[in-house]
Amino acid sequence: MMYFSAIIIPLIISIIVFCGLIENKKVYDLFCEGAKDGIKMTVKMFPTLIGIFLAIGMLRSSGLLNYLSNILGNILKNLNVPSEIIPLALIKPISGSASMALATDIISKFGTETRIGMIAATIMAASETTFYVIAIYMNSIKAKKSKFVIVPAIIADIVSIITAICIIK
Amino acid sequence: MNYLWPILILISLLFSIFRGTIQDINNSIFTSISDVVTLSLTLVGNMCLWCGLMKIVQETSIIKFLNKLLNPILKWLYPDSKENKEAMKAISINTISNFLGIGNAATPAGLKAMEELEKENMNKSELSNSMIMLIVLNTTSIQLIPTTVIAIRASLGSPNPSQIIIPIWISTIVGTLTGILITKILLRRRKI
Repeated sequence: MMYFSAIIIPLIISIIVFCGLIENKKVYDLFCEGAKDGIKMTVKMFPTLIGIFLAIGMLRSSGLLNYLSNILGNILKNLNVPSEIIPLALIKPISGSASMALATDIISKFGTETRIGMIAATIMAASETTFYVIAIYMNSIKAKKSKFVIVPAIIADIVSIITAICIIK
Repeated sequence: MNYLWPILILISLLFSIFRGTIQDINNSIFTSISDVVTLSLTLVGNMCLWCGLMKIVQETSIIKFLNKLLNPILKWLYPDSKENKEAMKAISINTISNFLGIGNAATPAGLKAMEELEKENMNKSELSNSMIMLIVLNTTSIQLIPTTVIAIRASLGSPNPSQIIIPIWISTIVGTLTGILITKILLRRRKI
């Protein structure tokens, strides 16, 4: 399995280049032409990233998230939800790097095969950094009303976290 | 975003005054900014790599193959945009990249799709139905092989790192289906 995950990206690149070759395309010229778009996209994304990271950084360092997760943890304890994973569930939708650090911490503290460790790993993989994705995608077009799209995205996140908690015993 | 962003900032500030964590907030502002610069440097490389490869994909028959493969699902998910060839091409690449767990390739394709969808969007002040579906699916994203998490588990000494795949599949599929269902319901109500 580890071998599979190591080979997948080199394999995809090779397949793409190979197909281009047998179809007689100027693969290198095409590649360079496309790569230019990558710079444009990143430059366009940069201001959004600054904005998002600023707000998320302030939110995290203010201690508000910890405060909320303590309250939530106490409420959910009765429902067989381990309180250790609440901070992860809260931070996962807003910050990829912070949740990665937190998940690694939880898994190494409780062990890879424990219930908490398994739930943390599942939460990490089962969804994307919702707010980040929404901000990046909204930014690619002119400013629009965004409230509508947040609803299904957040509900989907909550449902997949609940599912993880329910199926891992 | 124009409401959410200032609310996040103001609430954080108020809470930290209340809690006495002003120094932490101040530090976080500077770390956040330098984090973005570091992130963007990695990002720009990845974006260029995958945009370049995507260009080759679009010029070869790979894209026709992907389109044919995904067409039945995409037609159902994006009924308003099935005639928009360029957008559907980008959406196909985005979907496959998410599925294979190459987030770096999914983002440029997804943004490209947004631009194409913008061209056919009648009311520029609002997101079109297809845009909403695209964003929701990118926030939930079904992944075939969750490579990052498997790598973390392996590095922490798990005897069987990939055992986690089944619970991940179940929870991500349930989450994604919920997302699709709610989006469909909301979109239907919006029409009426």
